[in-house]
Amino acid sequence: MVTVNTNGNSKALIQVRGLNKTYRRGGEMIQVLQGLNLDVDQGDFVAFMGPSGSGKTTLLNLLGGLDVPTSGAVSVAGDEITHMSSGRLTDWRARHVGFVFQMYNLVPVLTAFQNVELPLLLTRLSRSERRQHVEAALAIVGLPDRANHFPRQLSGGQEQRVAIARAIVSDPTFLLCDEPTGDLDRKSADEIMELIEELVSKHSKTVLMVTHDPLVAARAHMVLHLEKGVLVEASKSRQNATAGGAA
Amino acid sequence: MKFTSLILANLFRKKVRLFLTLGSFAVALFLFAFLAVVKYAFTGGADLADARRLVTINRTSIIQPIPLSYRDKILGISGVQCITHDNWFGGVYQDEKNFFPQFAIDPENQRQVFPELIVPEDQWNAFLKDRQGAIAGAATVKRFGWKIGDRIPIKTTIFGGGAWEFILDGIYHGKRPQDDETQFWFQWDYFEERVPQRVKGQVGWYTVKLDSPDDAVRVAKTIDQDFANSPYETKTETESAFAAGWVKQFGNIEFLIMVIGSVVFFTLLLVTGNTMAISVRERTGELAILKAIGFKDGSILFLVLAEALAIALFGGLLGLGLAMLLIPVVAQALNGLLPNLVLSKSMLTAGVGFAVLVGVFSGLLPGIGAMRLRVVEAFRRI
Repeated sequence: MVTVNTNGNSKALIQVRGLNKTYRRGGEMIQVLQGLNLDVDQGDFVAFMGPSGSGKTTLLNLLGGLDVPTSGAVSVAGDEITHMSSGRLTDWRARHVGFVFQMYNLVPVLTAFQNVELPLLLTRLSRSERRQHVEAALAIVGLPDRANHFPRQLSGGQEQRVAIARAIVSDPTFLLCDEPTGDLDRKSADEIMELIEELVSKHSKTVLMVTHDPLVAARAHMVLHLEKGVLVEASKSRQNATAGGAA
Repeated sequence: MKFTSLILANLFRKKVRLFLTLGSFAVALFLFAFLAVVKYAFTGGADLADARRLVTINRTSIIQPIPLSYRDKILGISGVQCITHDNWFGGVYQDEKNFFPQFAIDPENQRQVFPELIVPEDQWNAFLKDRQGAIAGAATVKRFGWKIGDRIPIKTTIFGGGAWEFILDGIYHGKRPQDDETQFWFQWDYFEERVPQRVKGQVGWYTVKLDSPDDAVRVAKTIDQDFANSPYETKTETESAFAAGWVKQFGNIEFLIMVIGSVVFFTLLLVTGNTMAISVRERTGELAILKAIGFKDGSILFLVLAEALAIALFGGLLGLGLAMLLIPVVAQALNGLLPNLVLSKSMLTAGVGFAVLVGVFSGLLPGIGAMRLRVVEAFRRI
């Protein structure tokens, strides 16, 4: 079993302890994650790599409260999320998690502005306050002049920027990025990674990212390798991350 | 509302599908309104009937007459307030297509028995003084462009003697919008004077007004008992039962309309439910995203239901609006054949309620499906 503790302190923003996830496929039980431990501090930028089926996306789903573990615990900023009801978990996600997906997943019939505004519809913000927040988010991702464009009128890189703006507009505690550059050409991928780096360095966002691309992973503070549901290797630490050993 | 732009954007996602669904709703609601109006035109007489009125006809058939002499005997029965009688004239005005009902009435008691049919006092007085006088319903007057003082020749098809000439002395209006304003009344004395000897002293039917509706059963029974075993046995029933019996001659209209209405309802439910289900299935990924970013199950259900309801309401109102425009045209084209062909407020309200009901039902299943969508599974599928 691999234990990873990015800075070794127990006051980490995200604490994962003994995380297991098992699926039933047909009559067979498949263990996707096996006793995973992980600490991530505020402002860390962690990349998860590994072959397909290694459990990267499952881990991301568990950290984002989209799925529940078979056993183990995930705590974020002191909130133990593994035992929350579905309704509470939804509220928690709205407040704490920003999602960025490979296929952007924008609503095609809404403009960039309306897509970014979506998470704010769940808040008590007034229309003008929402507008301010959306404009700020679009400015951060460099698309202030594309607010009224529909997704089909944007390039893939621009769509992903809108998706990132949607992820950050409600100022979440951390961002979960699942292959954020997987559908982009190298140039656009670099631009997106620059943006994500900027969110970490300038806006102190905590980012956890799944990627297959070593060049993209190299941008993270730390790269964690998963294999068959186990963290087998923690490589490269650009800033203050340290890795535990394999079990 | 915060979600309006999201709901509208989703509604207009597939414009052709939206317009076709709206169209199917519009057609269904138009049909609903039209069927309701036709049903009412046939059965509304029973609803409009006064519970204090009885109708006495010849036991054999309404076509067979009954003696005028019965009037005073019936009037003598306790509980009877007043009585009037009518004869069917069955004449033709200019052309056989110009149908409207003509009755020889008893002017003395007509207004006491039918107080809901209003004739201005001066016109009524002029009618009383004019042996050839006639009173026509506002709808018939409007239809033929008549005015007070006009001479109206009506050719009899039953009693012989060619055309009878009447002078229009007055116009009656119903108190309620559904009241029949197509009738044509003239003096019974004039009728009695001109009909062949074999018909003299006979009336078509009596309408009896009671002191209280509680007396209806007893008085009806007494009337029929009094004339039992006579050459002219009677059949007396409440005006409502009489009207219902009249409708039954056309078959079970209510049942037919219920069946057609039910088929329309369920077809519509299936069409809209299927459309909503397809629409939701197409958006699995988007719904999963909404759930991921914090939209609760209730909000997702609300969004789907709101879409279904919006389609139902817009389509429904379109259909009802169409019905409001076309039903008067149809009524006019029928030349008073169905005098109660009126789209009432209660029918419109029922139509809107029907649309809402279909909207809720058709949105409910896909909505619950969307609500129960598991984000992780949805992402796996897209």
